[in-house]
Amino acid sequence: MTDNYNFVPAAPHTGTTPARDFILKATDIKKSFGGVHALKGASMTMRRGEITALIGDNGAGKSTMVRCLSGIHRPDSGTIWLDGDDVTFETPNAARERGIETVHQNLALVEDLSVWQNFFLGREKTHGLGPFRTLDRKLMKSTAGDLLKNLAVNVPPVTSKVRRLSGGQRQAVAIARAAGWGSKIVIMDEPTAALGVQETARVEGVINTLRDSGVAVLLISHNFDQVMRLSDHVWVMRAGTAVAERRTLETDGDELVSLITGAKAA
Amino acid sequence: MTTTEQARPSRLKAITAETKQLSFWAENAAPIGLVVLVIVFSILSPTFLTLGNIKAMLVAAAILVILAIGQAFVITTGGIDLSISATMTFGAIGFGLAFSNGAGFWLSALIAIVAAMLIGLINGLLIAKGKVTDFIATLGTLSVATGLALIVSNGKPISVNSPELLTLTSGSLGIFGYPIILAAIIAVGAWFFMFRTRFGLHVQAVGGNEESAVANGISATKIRMAVYLISAALAGVAALLLVARVGAAEPAINTQYLLNSIAAVVLGGVSLTGGKAKIVGPVIGALLLTALTNGLTLLGVSQFYQPLAVGLVVVLAALLTRFQKK
Repeated sequence: MTDNYNFVPAAPHTGTTPARDFILKATDIKKSFGGVHALKGASMTMRRGEITALIGDNGAGKSTMVRCLSGIHRPDSGTIWLDGDDVTFETPNAARERGIETVHQNLALVEDLSVWQNFFLGREKTHGLGPFRTLDRKLMKSTAGDLLKNLAVNVPPVTSKVRRLSGGQRQAVAIARAAGWGSKIVIMDEPTAALGVQETARVEGVINTLRDSGVAVLLISHNFDQVMRLSDHVWVMRAGTAVAERRTLETDGDELVSLITGAKAA
Repeated sequence: MTTTEQARPSRLKAITAETKQLSFWAENAAPIGLVVLVIVFSILSPTFLTLGNIKAMLVAAAILVILAIGQAFVITTGGIDLSISATMTFGAIGFGLAFSNGAGFWLSALIAIVAAMLIGLINGLLIAKGKVTDFIATLGTLSVATGLALIVSNGKPISVNSPELLTLTSGSLGIFGYPIILAAIIAVGAWFFMFRTRFGLHVQAVGGNEESAVANGISATKIRMAVYLISAALAGVAALLLVARVGAAEPAINTQYLLNSIAAVVLGGVSLTGGKAKIVGPVIGALLLTALTNGLTLLGVSQFYQPLAVGLVVVLAALLTRFQKK
């Protein structure tokens, strides 16, 4: 806990924290779909090596914000700073190349393929030249196995089909895949929404391990207990803007609820 | 030493235990069916297992094997190519016209494959870009290709007298005629592409879950275009064997080849919903269907019963695939 961690700005990011501590800054992001203003100048930050939670009621703009950060949507205006560089992503692949990986709610896994095939889907390792390039199966299997082992306690064999895995194992595979590309930021959209108590605990372990390895995590969650357990910092969105930020240790569920509903001003 | 002795019976036990499960039979329907057919026919007919008949069967199976491989690529993506036999016919007519107009064997063969791929290109554009349902699009091109073949040939067979085609159809290495050797080479290549290259993995991914595949940066449009082109190109190669076999390029409809190519893939354990690739299965399925027709002919069963038998086998196989392990 350093001093600037204790500082809670009255308005969204005022620039008191040195810029190098922020891995990501989004400033005044606006995005409309036809007449619907999903984001009305939202600003938020993410700090290096922390889990940042993004909370808000349905329709507050969380998903649109995440989609702008992961390159699915292009903001109408506003800037995204990644590591001090001005970046605006045209495509999800562009975001990935800069080190922002997203674990979507549907996980984007192909059930009939094996774990290692899913791990490298679209980014396969090959050897050989030109049309005779063949999949480097050995390398991909061992890499996928290592990354999973580093992250998850309960690892499925990399040759098993995703169809045979439990919900928590699938989530672990998707997270490990996102983390496995030297990513700086991993965005997770409701990672435990469909899981039971035990599986949720396992996935939360995976997310903690990921943070401890130095990756910044953006966690979208409806579960306040989870936000309190996992996150270091919380951003609250309401009606298309980020209305408040708190250090997790200095807030509680009640305050977050009142911030979300607007019962308490930021 | 004791460990190996213990390991062996337990392994045998595991295999016998597996045979008690319905899924074992479902996974291996084609090879089991083939073995059963061979046993039954060799008991009933002394000529069935003679070298001469085996050689004839393999040569007869070549066209179906090649078509089944093409169909397998399309079905792995969850699509279907109903135009595959009409494309073959169109390719055959292309060959016949080119050859009778003085183009040599190789140029004519190239024209046959290009003509077939033209139909594949139309299929691919309609399905991948135009988002037309595969069933409807290929049903349309089935009719279009058949019509075109009739129009350009004036409805008459074009006889072809090519020494190269004669060698292709009658040459052999041992009991393996050139047609089945060609089919085997294609099968090995297809297996390699499906299971050892990025392209094959992407074909399986698009068939398994298109949305996830696209989210991982795979172009479903390109993959779909490619599989219909592959299917058509293989239909073009099959057209050469067809012309060689008949000795003429006929604008016939060849519906039997269409149905059998799909049947061979289903027999081979490939799910029509896509995502599960198999190459060996469809090849064995094609061999099985050929053995079935051949055996029935040897036994003197009327030709009328053959479609019935094929139909029963396919329906049975389709029922069995329901018990495959997920």
